[in-house]
Amino acid sequence: MNSEELLAKLSECVEFGKVNKNAPFPPAMKGMDGADELTAQALEMGVDPVDILNNALIGAMDKVGEKFSQKKIFVPQMLISAKAMNAAMEHLKPYFQSGQVKRKGKFIIGTVAGDLHDIGKNLVAMIVEGAGWEVIDLGVDVNAAKFMQAIDTNPEAVVGLSALLTTTMASMKNIVAEIKGKYPEVKLIVGGAPVTEAFKTEIGADGYSDDPQGAVSYLNALVA
Amino acid sequence: MKSLAKEISKGRVFVSDGAWGTFLQQKGLKPGECPEEWNCSHPESVFEIAKSYIDAGADMILTNSFGGNEFKLLPYGLHNKVVELNRAAAEISRRAAGSENYVLGSIGPTGKMILLGDVTYEELYEAFKKQALALEQGGVDALLVETMSDLEEAKAAVTACRDNTKCEVICTMTFEKSGENEFNSMMGVTPTDMVNTMITAGADIIGANCGNGMENMIGITREMRKANANIPILIHANAGAPVYRDGETVFLETPDVTASFIKPLIEAGANIIGGCCGTTPEHIARIVKVVNELK
Ligand code: B1M
Repeated sequence: MNSEELLAKLSECVEFGKVNKNAPFPPAMKGMDGADELTAQALEMGVDPVDILNNALIGAMDKVGEKFSQKKIFVPQMLISAKAMNAAMEHLKPYFQSGQVKRKGKFIIGTVAGDLHDIGKNLVAMIVEGAGWEVIDLGVDVNAAKFMQAIDTNPEAVVGLSALLTTTMASMKNIVAEIKGKYPEVKLIVGGAPVTEAFKTEIGADGYSDDPQGAVSYLNALVA
Repeated sequence: MKSLAKEISKGRVFVSDGAWGTFLQQKGLKPGECPEEWNCSHPESVFEIAKSYIDAGADMILTNSFGGNEFKLLPYGLHNKVVELNRAAAEISRRAAGSENYVLGSIGPTGKMILLGDVTYEELYEAFKKQALALEQGGVDALLVETMSDLEEAKAAVTACRDNTKCEVICTMTFEKSGENEFNSMMGVTPTDMVNTMITAGADIIGANCGNGMENMIGITREMRKANANIPILIHANAGAPVYRDGETVFLETPDVTASFIKPLIEAGANIIGGCCGTTPEHIARIVKVVNELK
């Protein structure tokens, strides 16, 4: 297999959720190498980690996201794809962390208080990390105090907030107000299915994106 | 003992209650506060909600115990209060319902996913068993496993209720429209899958709740009726889809709009009809009126 074929195969594994060779899912790919093995092979072959991420992983997750919004696949398939992406990222992380790929800055991310949805937030975290940022993931149900604590220790970081419920959009609004009250200079980007550009403006956040790529563009523009 | 299924087999259509969460907020429940704790700290407020639906003409009311499983109570530090909070929930609704009307003990999802390895089926079963027993002790007539999206979690809850209590067991899941006449839960479960699995697990009544309003429920009910000609069907619809407005979540389906879908819903095969998020005693009173006119 040449590197192009390898990346195409890897992309397929993420799209259909083939985590590793032993994974029973999907049945049609039984016994074949999964995202885990193929990423290791690509690195061994000397493929640039950034190319693996951009040319195989992100494209696959875009397809998954699209099928999910069209309701052609549901949460279980989405989660298995995210798991496959994660397996690939495990191999790439050392490269991103070792400084071989230069760090652009720090990004703090969390799902806001009252909200437990983390699938989208995790994807944003993975892709932002892959784009060269050091990511500090505060998890789910994160209140203003926890965000501020992380900002205290990382005052130069950009902060991302995710919300998936209309009820927790209110919580997002309060957290943004509290952070801006204490740290007016810290840049805040918001996202999540019900969040809109108009809402971002209303609550006084600095950036909005409806997908991880948009979050990366926003962040990169800040350091450009 | 009273039996909803038996009355339904004689042709009766029942009306159930409306929303609790939004109502509790109006009475002062703050974001971040545990709704179930109010069963012990503000029993009169909870009673007033239950009573307002009986006064609106509902034949049955739920209990304020949707998040009363140990997993949902854990972040509030109340996981050791499952028995106390659920028993109190049942007692309050019983007092409001009197002996003729029915009380359905509400059992909602845990928020944990078997698929992600968050929990095992057995752990879910034990948690639901504890909640179901406390609700039975508090005097409910039936147990309502509601708002489920994962078939395995719903099965764990229904089985725990069936095995351990004498109550009638009802199970509803939440479906979204995924195509022309196609519906799926968040986890991809169709109404047809659900009906067959839950009847096998021991549910006496099945149905759908929450969602995006009464209109979608007609299609969901049709599909369920097609999957099984006899099983009683319960529908609790939201007053439309949730919308964010000025810091609050609002539901915009008016009682008139809700009422306009009741006749076709009954024709599709629904036997118990009520509301979910965003519905008010006024919505319920309008449903009662339509049901009475159709008698
Ligand atoms: C910082 O910058 C950025 C930039 C971009 C950002 C960003 C931040 N964050 C996200 N993005 C963007 O990038 C991501 C990748 O493209 C995208 O992220 P998303 O998160 O949008 O997309 C993900 C990749 C995939 N999408 C998701 O992961 C969400 C999928 C759906 C099905 C969903 C899921 C999976 C779950 N749920 Co929930 N859930 C639903 C969702 C319905 C749906 N079909 O979308 C929704 C969001 N849920 C809902 C509800 C009501 C609930 N859920 C609940 C629970 C759950 C599960 C636990 C079962 C599970 C979450 C598991 C988990 N670990 O995350 C409950 C709430 C729990 C809580 N307190 O949070 C509960 C209240 C149900 C209940 N009654 O118990 C609805 C919200 C309605 C509303 N508007 O308020 C809902 C729309 C379903 C519905 N139609 O009713 C972009 O938005």
